[in-house]
Amino acid sequence: MGWLLPNTEVDLEFRRQVEALSGHNIADCYQCGKCTAGCPVAFAMDYPPNQIMRGVQLGMRDAVLSSGTIWLCASCETCSTRCPQDVDPAGVMDALRQIAYAEGIKSPEQAVPLFHRIFLGSVRQFGRVYELALVGFYNVFSGHYLKDVTMAPKMLLKGKLNLLPPKGGDVGGLKKMFDAARELEAERE
Amino acid sequence: MRYAYYPGCSLHASAKEYDISLRAVSERLGIELIEIDDWNCCGTVHATSIDRMLALGLAARNLSIAEASGLSLAIPCSGCYKNLRTAAEMLSEDASLRARINAGLETRSYQGSTTVKHPLYIILEDVGLDSISDLPRPLQGLKVAPYYGCVLTRPAAVPPVDDPEDPQGLDRLLEALGAEVVPYPAKTKCCGGAVLLSHQDVALDLTGELLKQARRAEADCVVVVCPMCQLALDGYQSKVERRLGERIDMPILYFTQLMGLALGIDERRLGFGRLVVSPAKVLARL
Repeated sequence: MGWLLPNTEVDLEFRRQVEALSGHNIADCYQCGKCTAGCPVAFAMDYPPNQIMRGVQLGMRDAVLSSGTIWLCASCETCSTRCPQDVDPAGVMDALRQIAYAEGIKSPEQAVPLFHRIFLGSVRQFGRVYELALVGFYNVFSGHYLKDVTMAPKMLLKGKLNLLPPKGGDVGGLKKMFDAARELEAERE
Repeated sequence: MRYAYYPGCSLHASAKEYDISLRAVSERLGIELIEIDDWNCCGTVHATSIDRMLALGLAARNLSIAEASGLSLAIPCSGCYKNLRTAAEMLSEDASLRARINAGLETRSYQGSTTVKHPLYIILEDVGLDSISDLPRPLQGLKVAPYYGCVLTRPAAVPPVDDPEDPQGLDRLLEALGAEVVPYPAKTKCCGGAVLLSHQDVALDLTGELLKQARRAEADCVVVVCPMCQLALDGYQSKVERRLGERIDMPILYFTQLMGLALGIDERRLGFGRLVVSPAKVLARL
């Protein structure tokens, strides 16, 4: 894969934004590749982690934010544990997801941000996770209606799936917190 | 010994046996776990992935509830543990960040003083392996593969509790309980739990690799500390078998369940019936 990157397309504001969110200096990455070597899901990614880091260094906003990679990342922190330059690739992935989600940028991995949205909606609604609603909504909105339905009877029989929604978690207070978080995030940038 | 206790959402649902067995073991060891009142979901990877302020807010609310008790906060779920511990570390250092997060909490205010601990390390450090030397039912002859998962030891705690690449805490505990710990490479390699719903094939490949390694190492069971890992390895094991085209039949136990057995607690009080892959052959060995 080759890239022709004219100066006019290097978005240094994007790089600054990622550095501010992740709290680390992207320029320190010297492309050793340890992040990619240790990443358990790199085999399924469009761009492996070290290429994403390079993309951020070069201000390649569109390519990076519309990658499937940032959504496939499993947040396992292996990369950040091994990075010899303390650049925190896992933190950079978090920052990229936050930017991409806030701007509604599309990627080949739409199911993942969808799941994040549904999960948090469920927390906002119930204060705690309500698996039936969570999986139900996810299946419907992702178009895989019967996905994993065979798991449900097994889990129910073992007492691992609650039919009723959970109680607790100060739902009223949480709703306000969710709204406040949006304002706080906007303030930060 | 008293600790504030944050079970997290899964210990009230898919990981009930972890809660049941942890409480039974704690009672036997003289540890009092006081579940904090009205706790909320920590947000897992979903909050940290898309809204940093929200993730910190969700954590701070729980930390402030524990703070009121003045006790350290015990958190058994690795995901919740990571979220609340990293939030506590960040918020204890950064007063201006703490002030902004508190602004979103309205009725509560976190002062930055809560210490977060995982029960495995509470047992290792606060109780000590010497205190559990008198075992009614040691795990003699049982070969175990301790599986730490990703986020128990990553990112490293401040101060670190275990090595992130080759942690030893669970190994030492299982040996102290009389088991034979078998070495295998993937002891901290991601099981894919975080992408179990969204990228099931990827997760099944990772989980499958782990299970094959445990089997190759001749483990009688895999011992876990995390509800997500347990769900992937146990609940989804039949799917892994279909994908690999071979039988695995590997029981996946919470460390508290095995510890409970070794301490002489009746197996019916340790939630073994809730495991999907039958632990019968493990129980028969002891």
